[in-house]
Amino acid sequence: MISRLSDDRSRAAIAASIERRRVDTRGLLFKTVLQSCLVITLALLAVLLITVALDSTDQIGTRLWEFLQGTLRSRSEDDRLGIHQGMYGSLWIAIIVAVLAFPIGIGAAVYLEEYAPRNRFTSFIEVNIRNLAGVPSVVYGLLGLALLLNGQIFGLDRLTGGSSALSGGITLAILVLPIVVITSGEAFRAVPNELREAAYGVGATRWEMIRTQVLPYAAPGILTGTLLSMARAVGEAAPLILVGAISGRLGDNPGLFNIRALTDQFTALPIVITSWTVQSGRDAGFIAAAAAAIVVLLVFVLMMNSAAILLRNRFEKKRG
Amino acid sequence: MTDTSVVQPELLTVDQLQIAPSRRHREVIIRYSLLVAALVSVLVSALIVWSLLREAWTFVTEVVWADTWGQRGWFPRRGLYDIPTIVVSTLIVTGIAMVVAGPLGLGAAVYLSEYANRRVRSWLKPALEILAGIPSVVLGFFALTWIAPNLVGRIGKNVFLVLGAVILLGYAAVSAAMARSRIKQYREGAADPSARIGAVASIAMLAVVFGLALAWILNVWLEFAPNNAGSLAAAGIGVGILTIPLVASISEDAMAAVPDSLREASAGLGARKMTTATTVVLPAAISGIVAAFIVAISRAIGETMVVFMAGGAADAALFTDTPFDGGLTMTAAMASLASGTDSVVGEGLTFQSLYFVGLLLFLITLSLNIVASRFVSKVREAY
Amino acid sequence: MTDDSPRATDDAPRLIERPVAAAPRPSADGDGAGPDAGTSRDTVFSSRDVNVYYGTFRAVRDVTFDVHTHEIMALIGPSGCGKSTVLRCYNRMNDLIKEARVTGTITYRGTNLYNERVDPVEVRRRIGMVFQKPNPFPKSIYDNVAYGPRVAGQKRGLDDVVENSLRKAALWEEVSDRLSDSALGLSGGQQQRLCIARAIAVGPDVLLMDEPCSALDPIATARIEDLMQEIKQDYTIMIVTHNMQQAARVSDTTAFFTAEVHSENDSRTGILVEVDSTQKIFSNPSDERTENYVTGRFG
Repeated sequence: MISRLSDDRSRAAIAASIERRRVDTRGLLFKTVLQSCLVITLALLAVLLITVALDSTDQIGTRLWEFLQGTLRSRSEDDRLGIHQGMYGSLWIAIIVAVLAFPIGIGAAVYLEEYAPRNRFTSFIEVNIRNLAGVPSVVYGLLGLALLLNGQIFGLDRLTGGSSALSGGITLAILVLPIVVITSGEAFRAVPNELREAAYGVGATRWEMIRTQVLPYAAPGILTGTLLSMARAVGEAAPLILVGAISGRLGDNPGLFNIRALTDQFTALPIVITSWTVQSGRDAGFIAAAAAAIVVLLVFVLMMNSAAILLRNRFEKKRG
Repeated sequence: MTDTSVVQPELLTVDQLQIAPSRRHREVIIRYSLLVAALVSVLVSALIVWSLLREAWTFVTEVVWADTWGQRGWFPRRGLYDIPTIVVSTLIVTGIAMVVAGPLGLGAAVYLSEYANRRVRSWLKPALEILAGIPSVVLGFFALTWIAPNLVGRIGKNVFLVLGAVILLGYAAVSAAMARSRIKQYREGAADPSARIGAVASIAMLAVVFGLALAWILNVWLEFAPNNAGSLAAAGIGVGILTIPLVASISEDAMAAVPDSLREASAGLGARKMTTATTVVLPAAISGIVAAFIVAISRAIGETMVVFMAGGAADAALFTDTPFDGGLTMTAAMASLASGTDSVVGEGLTFQSLYFVGLLLFLITLSLNIVASRFVSKVREAY
Repeated sequence: MTDDSPRATDDAPRLIERPVAAAPRPSADGDGAGPDAGTSRDTVFSSRDVNVYYGTFRAVRDVTFDVHTHEIMALIGPSGCGKSTVLRCYNRMNDLIKEARVTGTITYRGTNLYNERVDPVEVRRRIGMVFQKPNPFPKSIYDNVAYGPRVAGQKRGLDDVVENSLRKAALWEEVSDRLSDSALGLSGGQQQRLCIARAIAVGPDVLLMDEPCSALDPIATARIEDLMQEIKQDYTIMIVTHNMQQAARVSDTTAFFTAEVHSENDSRTGILVEVDSTQKIFSNPSDERTENYVTGRFG
C-alpha cells in the first residue's frame, strides 16, 4: 500500500513505469487555451490600432496639416475641419494638471511615507486616498460641476470663469491626484533605509535627508507615476463633458499663449473624438475625422505611457 | 613634559547642541506644508460626498417617486427618472464586460505567471500595459465602428446563444447537485416540517431561476434584429476589453506572490504543470483573483465614455433587458444629460437627478472597492 | 487496515519522549522485507561522471557514487559545494530550472533517469523530496497529505493513506483531531513533518531531503532525526546537511563534497571527495580534505 513501490523490486517493472511517457494531452490543451487568451487580447489590440489607422487615412493622408490647424465644424466635408482647439485645450489641461496635481500629490506622498506617525489618522488618510483612486471619473465631473461651475462653494465659479479650461484642468488634477500619491508613495517605499540612516548619521535634518537622498533615489519612480497620470488626464473625457467642454461650435479662438484662454470656453481632444464619433451616425465622414483625432491623441498618450514603462523597467533592472 | 596642570574638558551647553533656528524653522514649515498636501485628499473626499449629498437630497425630497419606478424609460427632460432602466442596462453592460474580461484576463495572467519564460514576459507585459493605457474614448470609437458591425451584428446572436447555453448548463449542473442534497434533506427531515418546506422552496427557486433565464435567452435570441449601430452588447464588449489588463495584472500579482517553494513541492510530488497551476497556485492566489474581478466590476460600472458613444442611445432610453438594444447605463445617462446642450439644463430636477445617480454610482463602486481591498490584504497577510 | 502492533525495537538513542503509537511497519509479504532489510546492499542509485551546468557555468563536476537500499546517505560539505544541486539530479528537479543541464548517467534501479523516454513526473512520484524550508500548501492538513495520491488519480482510500502517512511521520497524535485545519497553523517542526508525510503518501521508494532541519529548532530537529531512523526501514533516504553532527548521528554512509575555486572568475565547482561509511568518514577518512573538514580545520 504505502510502501508498495519499495516492495516491487523488479527492475523491468520500474523501468517500464518511469519510462511510460504519456502524452500529456490535457496539459497541452490547457496551455493552448491560456495562450489563446493572450493571443485574442493582443489581436483585439492590433485590430483596434489597425482599424483606427485605416479609418484615419482620409484625413491624415490627404490634409494632415489643415487637419491639425482646423477647428470644430458642423459638417465633415468642411475644409476648415480640424483639431487645433482640442489640442490647445488638452495642452492647457495638461499644464494645469502638472502645476496642481504633481506638487500636491508628491508632497502628500512625502508626508505619508516620511513624516506621518503610524496612527489611525494616517491610515485613514491612506485608505481615503486608495478609495479616491477607485471613484469613477464621471463622479469627479460632478464635483467639478458643483464646485467650479455652479459656485455653490466659495464662489469659485467667478475665479474659473465657469465652464472653462481652468475648470476642466482643476477637475482632472483632482482626478489624478490619488494616482500621483500612490505611485510616488511606492517609489519612496523602495528607497533603502540605509540611505536614510547614512544621511541622518552625518547630521542631516529630516528634510535635508529627504531632499538629498530620498527624492533623488525615488525620482525615476515618481517620474513614471507622473507620466502615467498625465496620460490618464489627457485621455479622460467623462469629467470634461460634465464641466461643459464644448462639443459643437467653439466661438472665438484665442491663441495658445493668451492667458485669458484659461477662463474661456474650451474643448479637448477626447471631447472632439467623442463628439465626432457620436455625429458619425448622421454624417459618416466624421468617422475619418474621429479616427484621425484618435491617432493624434494616441501618439501623445502612448508616448507618455511607453516612456513610463521603459523608465520603470530600466530602473527595476538596474536596482535588481 | 613637566606640565602637571590638568586640562579641563570643554563643557557644552544645551544651546550648542541645537541646530540653527533658520534650519529648524524651515523643517517646521516644510513639515506642515506637506501635511496640508496630504490633507487635500481628505478635503476632496469631503467635497465629493458633500456635493453629491446636497443635490441628491433635493432630488430625493422633491421628485415624484412614482416617476422613478415602473415608468419603463429614462426621459429626464420629461421628468421621468426610471431608475430600473439605467440599473438594468448597467448590469447588462457589466455582465458582458466580465464575460469578456474575466476569462481572457485570468487566462493571460495564468499564462504569464506559470508558463511564459522571461523573454516572452518582457514583451507581453508591456503590450498589456499599452492596452491598459488606451483612453476609453478610443475604445468607444472602436466599439461603435468595429465591434458593433463585425462582432455584435454578425455573430453576436449565435455567440450569445452558445454562451448562454454554457452558462445555463453550468448553473443547471450546480443546482442539480444542490437539489440532490435538498431531496436527501427532505427524506431525512420527514419528521421536521420546516426542513421539508425549506427543501421544497429552495428546489423551486432554483427551477424558477433556471426557467426565467432560459426564457430570457430564448426571447433575446428570437427577437434579435441585425443592427450595425451601437448597442449595450457592443458597449459591454468594449468595456470588457478595457478591463482585461486590470484583471490580468491584479491576478498575476496575486499568483506571483505565491512562493515558488509551493510549486516545487507540488512538482516533487509528481504533479504536472497544469495540476500545479490549478490545484496549488490558483487556490493559493484566490483572494487576489477575487479582488481582481471585483475591481474590474467596479471599473466597468463606472466606465462612461464607451457606453455613451457605443451604447446606442442618445439622451433618453426605453427600458430594455436585451443586450442587443440600445440603452443608457447610469454613467452614460449622466454624460448624456450634460452633453449636447453643452451645459446641464433641463426641466425640473434634471440637474438633481444627475447627482442622485452619481451618488448611487459612488456608493456602489466605493463598497466594491472596499471589499476588494479586504481581499488584497488577505493575500498580503498569507505571504 | 492499520497494523496496530507496537514497533519492535527502537535502535536510535531517544532524545525526547515520543508518542507510543508510531508508524506501522509493512507486514512481511514473503519478499524478505524483514528486520534485516536495512542491511541489504541492493543498489538504488548509481551515478557516473555526473556534471551539472547552469548555462556555461559548471556547478558540479564528475560525481560518481552508489546509493544502496534502506540506508541513509548523507551529503556533506562546505556551502557552495553543490550538494543540493547533486541531490536535485536524483528526481530531476533540476529540469524546472531552464538553464540547468545534466550530463553523465544516473541509473535508478537499473534505468537511466536521464533517458529521454523517462518521464520526470513519474520519477518524482517514486523519488520524493523534502525541502529546506517547510512548504505546506495553504490547504488543510488532510488535503496536504492527500495531494500527491490525488494528483496520481487515486480517489478511494485516501483516509487510510492520510492516516498511515501521518503516523509514519509521527504527526498523527498531534493532528488527528484537526485534520481539516489549515496546515499553516502548525509549528515549523510540525510543518516539516507534515511535508515528510506528504512525500510519504505518494508511496515513494526514495526520499531526498534537502537540509530538512536547517529552519528548525533543536527539539524539532531531534524529532525529524528520530523519524528518519524509523522510516529508513521502508525507504532509502538521501539527506543534504551542513550540520556534521547530524550527518554523524543519522547516516549510514556519507559523501563528502568540496568546492574548487576558479581563481580567474571566482566561481566554484563542486567535486566529490570521498564516499564511505559514516563511521569511517568521521573517524578515519582517507582524504586529507575530508579530515580537515570533519575536524573543523576547514569550512
